[in-house]
Parts: sequence; C-alpha cells; structure tokens
Amino acid sequence: MKVWKYGNDINTDMLFPGKYTYTCSTVDEIKPHLLEDLDPDFASQVQSGDILFAGKNFGCGSSREQPALGLKAVGIKAIVAESFARIFFRASINQGLLLIECRDAVSAFKEGDSVDIDIASGTINVGGKEFTFPKLPDEIMAISDAGGLLEYTRKKLAGRNL
Amino acid sequence: MGMTFAQKVLANRSGNGHVEVGQIVTVSPDHVLTHDNTAAIIGKITDELDKYGVVNPELLIIVLDHVIPAATEKNAAEHKKIREYVNKHSIKNFFDIGEGICHQVVYENGFALPGGLILGSDSHTCSYGAVGTFSSGIDRTESAALMLTGETWLKVPPTIKITLNGILNPPVSAKDLVLHIIGDIGADGANYCAVEFHGDIANLQMDDRFTIANMGIEMGAKIAVFPVDEITESFLTEHGVSPDMYDAVFADPDASYIQELVYNLDEIKPVLSCPHTVDNVKQVSEIRELEIDQCLIGTCTNGRLSDLRVAAEILKGKIIARNIRLLILPASKRIYREAMQEGLFEIFINAGAVILPPGCGPCLGAHQGALAPGEICLSTANRNFKGRMGCKDAEIYLASPATVAASAITGKITNPEDVK
Repeated sequence: MKVWKYGNDINTDMLFPGKYTYTCSTVDEIKPHLLEDLDPDFASQVQSGDILFAGKNFGCGSSREQPALGLKAVGIKAIVAESFARIFFRASINQGLLLIECRDAVSAFKEGDSVDIDIASGTINVGGKEFTFPKLPDEIMAISDAGGLLEYTRKKLAGRNL
Repeated sequence: MGMTFAQKVLANRSGNGHVEVGQIVTVSPDHVLTHDNTAAIIGKITDELDKYGVVNPELLIIVLDHVIPAATEKNAAEHKKIREYVNKHSIKNFFDIGEGICHQVVYENGFALPGGLILGSDSHTCSYGAVGTFSSGIDRTESAALMLTGETWLKVPPTIKITLNGILNPPVSAKDLVLHIIGDIGADGANYCAVEFHGDIANLQMDDRFTIANMGIEMGAKIAVFPVDEITESFLTEHGVSPDMYDAVFADPDASYIQELVYNLDEIKPVLSCPHTVDNVKQVSEIRELEIDQCLIGTCTNGRLSDLRVAAEILKGKIIARNIRLLILPASKRIYREAMQEGLFEIFINAGAVILPPGCGPCLGAHQGALAPGEICLSTANRNFKGRMGCKDAEIYLASPATVAASAITGKITNPEDVK
C-alpha cells in the first residue's frame, strides 16, 4: 500500500484534464489520464488499496466526475484531505469513494508512515498516532454503502415497483 | 432567529417550516440541466430508462454547447445519441448546437425563477443566483439519478453575507469586483457555503450580477445569490416571465451569517487572476507589459452583449497587435445576432478578431483555440487552472472584457484605464 501526497487546491483539471472530457467515456479510457498534469507517474504506478493525502479544497473546479470514478476504479481506498470541494465531495459519495476530512491526520503524515483506517470507529492511524474523523450522516452513508448512487437508485426504484 | 435565503428556499422545497444549517433535506428541483455530458449520463442508466422512463420530461433542460459543432466522430456520435434520447422521451427543453452556452440559454428562456431550485451537471450552474434562484452544480451520476427519481438530498449551507456599497468606476467592471473578492477570500473561502449579496445592488445591471454569480463556484460556493429587485423583474418580464410566475425569496433581516464582508465598489481597480489559480489575484498595473499570445473575450462569464459592447468600444478603429490571436465568443445565438445587428462584428473583424460560434469554445480545452507550450492567454473566462485550455505548459490570466480588449491592441497586458 502506497500513500500519494499532494498539496492544496488540487483542481479537477489536475485530476483529469478537460481536454479528455469528451474523448474518454469508459472507466478504462479514464484511468490512464488520472492526475496526468499533476503527477505523471500516478496512473502507471497506482495500485489497489493505495491512499491519497492532500491539503485543503481537494477536487475544486468543474462538476467533472471522472476523477472520482477513476480513483474508485483503480482501487483508491480513501482520500484523506484537510477539506474537499463540495461537488467533488458529492461525486465521491455517488461513486462510493471514501473521503476522510481530517486536518490533523494530514499534518501528521510523514513520508514512509503507515496509515490504517477504521471506518466503523471513524479513526485513522498515521505513523502510530490516532485521529478521529467525523462520520457522514446515515442517509448519506446509505448511498455510499449501497455502492454508489446508481445502485442506491436502482434499489429504490425496484422497491417502488414491488 | 430568522432564516437566510438558502434556509428559506430549502425549507419551502422540503416541506419544512424551518430548517437549520447542516440539516439534510430531500428536494425536487424545478429543472436539471445537462449538456454534451447527457450522452455519458444516459449511458449509465440505459436499462432503467427503458424500464422506468424519464420521471418528468419537463424536468430536463439539455443544451449542446461544450464541443460544438462536433470536433470528432466521437463527439458527433454522442450528439446523435442525445438527439435520439430527446426524441424518444419527448424532451421539450432541448437546445441543439448554436443556441448558446447552457447557462445563458437557461437564463434567456426564463427557466431560472426567483425562489426556484435548479441543479445541473455543470459547476457554473450557480449562475442563476443572479435572478434569485437557488442553483448549484452536481456530478453526472446525480443527474442520472435525478432523471429517474426527480429528487435528491441537499445539506442546508451556512451563509456568507457580502455587502456591496457604492458604484464601480468604468472601465472597472463586475469581473474585477468578483476576482477581487475571490482574491480576498480564496478559492475555498466560501466552500460548502451560500453567498448572499446585499447593499447597493441597484448599481449592478443583470449582466454584472450574472458574471458575479457565475464565479461563485470559484470561491467554492454552493450558491451565490442576489436579491430580486426592479432590475430583475424587468429582465424577467423581457424574457417572458411575469411576476405571477414566481415567489421571490428574501433573507430575513435577523438571519444569521457565518461571515460578513463589506466592499466599497469605487475602490475596486482592474485586476487579473494569475496562473494557475483563480484566487491568485493581482492589480493589472502590477503585471502590465507582460507579452501575451491569445486573447479570449466571451464565455458564460463575460460573453453577454454589454461585455461585447465594452470590448468593441475599445477596439473600434484599432487593429490588434501582430503577435495576438483574438477570439470572440458570444454566449448565445440571441447575443450573437444582437452584436451583429449593432455592428460589433464589423469592429471585431476589422480589428483582426475571429468570431466563434456561441458555445463553450476554448474555455475547457476540448477544441477551438487550444494553447501551445509556452503560450500565454488572457481570457474573460472563469478558470485558469494548469492545463485548462488544452496544454499544461501554457499560462492563462483572467480579466475583464475591457482589460482583454485593451491588451489585444498592445499585445501586452494593459490597464484599460490607460487606454484613451
């Protein structure tokens, strides 16, 4: 498991350049361009179970969901940031991608630290130090738990038609 | 304790008498806006659309604007798929290529109502705060779900109150004002928040308010909203919306705000956003003389008639510098026609400009006017992120139409106050 660490205001163009928004439509087409203009090594080296750390306002900019979709698909376990931009926050819930807002965990992280996340208890252990993060309200967790908004919606619609 | 604009709209729309900041409510928007991304959205729910259909065809507004006319076979195939979907599900509010940028189309066709609620798969959906609409951006997946169910959740945001006193001194414009504010509070200064504008609002015309509301997302805001006044009412009436068609919502005088800011408009100077973040704001006078390669006047931020008039006044009888490419991008067909009839195109063409079809054009780097490595673009758009206009090794500066027009003539970043 590798931790990828980036700075503040990582915007949607850095996460997935706008020039690909109408050339790549499938997840497999999106993956090779993830973080292309931010970190050219990311797409080729990222592995399932990796974690992203970032500063404040992660995901600011467009309503572009390809970053959330792509990061979920390559197996990013969680993004830990000081704060998230709101559209990206919603987009990640809708893809079932775990976001952890925890300023202290971000400041504590040093290169080489182990990171362990316990979703049930809302705790994150960074290099032996434990931090708590706020859990999302139940009605929002239900979307994420269903595997994302489409699955959640499918279940809801099927329920209505019983 | 009274309620803010955001609290009141979300209380009305969720069937609650009162809502608290932080409360999660379920709402049904008046409209859901999508554009070229409709193809990807419907692709996620092909089976469900066949089984359940669209929850309400009137809910949807679809505008083809992002890559128009299609640049590639793939774009063309996506546009075709959208047209077939529109016909199959009898979606009335469909605007094919050339009608304009989605936000201008929504605004001109009277879809955005005071006190109304619009969500859209485009971050600049916040633009309709100009007419007192609660409007905000969502991702593609959420629009897909809304097409099927017509409802979603929203968290009641805290609100920042910004009071605007006095009047702007031309050539200083609403763009300079909003860039100045973003420079002050930062790209996340209003993250998760609603922003309410108060004060001498009557000194800002509708086009000014639209420019400001449009850039709400660049400070992270969920909505950026102006109170409805006589200027709003006459604008709406001109666009076929009579006062009996809406109930304007106003914040209570004793509403609670998490932050209050006051600006004196006569102190605002021409500014620009420097690479590569919108909040990297400097006075134009600090950057002048920097040589540029491309100028863009237009987009959903500054592609309205008043913007084009300001640019034309500066460019009249002038020729742009030899090293400059000047692109003009009217925000809609209506504006395109009006600018043409007023003779503005004659001025632009004589000055050496290229006029693009009404759409998003070069703003997102997908086609038309992409930049080469090492080039600098001065643009009236809303984002200067690295790579935004197709090249990570190019730089984008954001400014007002007056600053861009003045700079196109000299070939260097120029303060419009220095142009005689």
